[in-house]
Amino acid sequence: MEMKTFKIGGIHPADNKFSANVAIETLRQLPSRVVIPLSQHIGAPATPIVGKGDKVKVGTLIAKSSGFVSANIHSSVSGTVVKIDNFEDAFGVRKPAIEIEVEGDEWEETIDKNAKIDRTFNLSSEEIIEKITEAGIVGMGGATFPTQVKLMPPAGKKADTLIINAVECEPYLTSDHRLMLEKGKEIMIGIQLLMKATKVNRVIIGIESNKPDAIELMTTLSSRTMSVEVCPLKLKYPQGSEKQLIVATTGRELPSGQLPIDVGVIVQNVGTAYAVFEAIVKNKPLVERVVTVTGKSLKQTKNLLVRVGTPMQFVLDSVGGLPIDTGKVVAGGPMMGKAVSNLNAPVTKGTSGILVMNNKESKREEMENCIRCGKCVEVCCMGLQPYLMMKLAEKAMWKEAEEEAIYDCLECGSCSYICPSHRPLLDYVRFGKSKVMQIRRERNLKE
Amino acid sequence: MNNILTISPSPHIHSGDSVKKNMRDVIIALLPAYAVALYSFGLGAFIVSLTAIFSCLLFEFLIQKYLIKGKFTLGNYSALLTGLLLSFNLPSNIPWWIVVIGSAVAIGIGKMSFGGLGNNPFNPALVGRVFLLFSFPVQMTTWPRPLGWASSYLDAETMATPLALIKNAIYGSSVSLNQVPDVVSLLTVNTAGSMGEISAIALILGGVYLLIRKVITWHIPVSILLSAGLFALIMQLVNPSVYPPFYVHLLSGGMMLGAIFMATDYVTSPMSHRGMLIYGVFIGILTMIIRFWGAYPEGMSFAILIMNAFTPIINKYVKPKRFGRVKK
Repeated sequence: MEMKTFKIGGIHPADNKFSANVAIETLRQLPSRVVIPLSQHIGAPATPIVGKGDKVKVGTLIAKSSGFVSANIHSSVSGTVVKIDNFEDAFGVRKPAIEIEVEGDEWEETIDKNAKIDRTFNLSSEEIIEKITEAGIVGMGGATFPTQVKLMPPAGKKADTLIINAVECEPYLTSDHRLMLEKGKEIMIGIQLLMKATKVNRVIIGIESNKPDAIELMTTLSSRTMSVEVCPLKLKYPQGSEKQLIVATTGRELPSGQLPIDVGVIVQNVGTAYAVFEAIVKNKPLVERVVTVTGKSLKQTKNLLVRVGTPMQFVLDSVGGLPIDTGKVVAGGPMMGKAVSNLNAPVTKGTSGILVMNNKESKREEMENCIRCGKCVEVCCMGLQPYLMMKLAEKAMWKEAEEEAIYDCLECGSCSYICPSHRPLLDYVRFGKSKVMQIRRERNLKE
Repeated sequence: MNNILTISPSPHIHSGDSVKKNMRDVIIALLPAYAVALYSFGLGAFIVSLTAIFSCLLFEFLIQKYLIKGKFTLGNYSALLTGLLLSFNLPSNIPWWIVVIGSAVAIGIGKMSFGGLGNNPFNPALVGRVFLLFSFPVQMTTWPRPLGWASSYLDAETMATPLALIKNAIYGSSVSLNQVPDVVSLLTVNTAGSMGEISAIALILGGVYLLIRKVITWHIPVSILLSAGLFALIMQLVNPSVYPPFYVHLLSGGMMLGAIFMATDYVTSPMSHRGMLIYGVFIGILTMIIRFWGAYPEGMSFAILIMNAFTPIINKYVKPKRFGRVKK
């Protein structure tokens, strides 16, 4: 069968999904303290509503969404609030967070911890969106955009298709894959809830061909509902990127600068669909997530269900600690994840994986002259010219960089990945992009 | 915690591709044609190729060490490749000292004077070849008969190349076209020419390897062969008594070597696929214009060098197809 994919660019990195056959395991042991950041999403940080000394349970609201684009934060443990302060995050930036000392493991009574699935729920679209907002759900793929915002299109715009992003195109990561295999029924209910919330009656679940078992299972589960269709996709990175996924599954090419809703599409991650199920059927806010703990040097790789706020070091200790030759730890996948400088920083709502790399893997090769092979141009999924944008950024030629549409760059990293001369293309493009975006903002303010 | 963690922006993995690997693959792809050259021209091919390779390496080393005082670059095989390609573009009976001069021009003027690999506007091996063609026209156009190891290096028995015969027909010789070797000879070994260009099959084999290894894409070779073939076909239909069948043009002279190995040189060809197609089409047309109406029987080297000069302007105006820019 000819499988669908996106047309422009793309690469085929080794997928190294070592933990694809490892069942999700709950990290039962809890740390003595958790640090729960107030900003685990894109948008305004949440406002704390607890104070030092307050007792909280698992699921207690501890910080309230502070704007339209913001999200509620709940306690992931039971215990006492000991500090509300700035804490160094995984990347060395001090950000506001709530520290809680763990005492026992007591959950809010409203949360249904029973594994039984109750399918009888009768909620309106508004009620579903309200519950999602209350539960503090954000995009679980790593982008962490508050989910309710995506579900409420601006006036005059209407979606006709809901795309469930189950591509997981980042190498190493398997949390979405395992979630589908183990919580398929729950995810289907989550999808139905999302359909009802968005009043959309066509759903496409995009899954890459390296997960045949998930494709099969989701196809079986969705066969009862006419409106849900599983779309197997040809393996290619970055297919999990919103723009690439939309064009691959629907053929609609999102114009530069527009949002998926402009072409009638809403995209939600498969993990988000599961979180929606939990929020509505189980009344459970987003307090834990599946994290793939992986790396070539680890003796065992795992898919761990981890409470938000658990220090990464604690998670790594549960798989035997960091190997002696560790050179780098990445939060997320190897293509778009960020290198961690502080392992005491917590797992957050967006931590899809913790990737351990050894010394050798961690170092970049020395850069050589550009040999003008054009491979960066060939793999760029936005049809840009990375070699040229790097030159323009080097020479601070912002006007030309804007003409080259540097702002279109998704930062997928395919150019740096493919470059035979090991040139740090994306580093320069990212710098140039931020400069150009700044210039554009200033210009817009003037006008 | 004793671990010192490396911090760097994403991506954190690399394809493992390198300049060296690409150069090595091109050298591997040239081996079938090299084997044919050794089989057909024997000792001459051996001496010419080793001289070219050795002098290219030596000149790059000397220039890096004493003039540029830059990084040591022999390890990426690019000088070795330039040497091998230069020798492929020379007759196998050419005196070795001419080869040394050609190598000096190829590396010194063609490549290093611009700052080394990546900065040269023209294909270095072709700069060397064309320099020799202008400076030593007699030695550069005296072609040995492919007699294998039986043939002598400098006093080899000579014969005309297929393209010279075709040119004679254009100039009015009525018997000339009948002497052009048949397709089987053109495909395999049985013609005269530069040492690396005589077997179309061996070169195509190398091209397939480069395509499989993703060192090159199809755009440049296919656009050259299609445009040149189409042009030759038109002329053949116009006057078959003067112009040979189009496939003879495609299989003779530097067509395959140029289309597959010389025009696809990374540094001097356009960056985008669309640019590559334009570049290729013009090389095909220019080559045929020179073959039909120019002073030389073969125009491949000139066509490639001319289009090398246009590469920057193609890069400036021919952009890849952007995402999200469809006109409604």
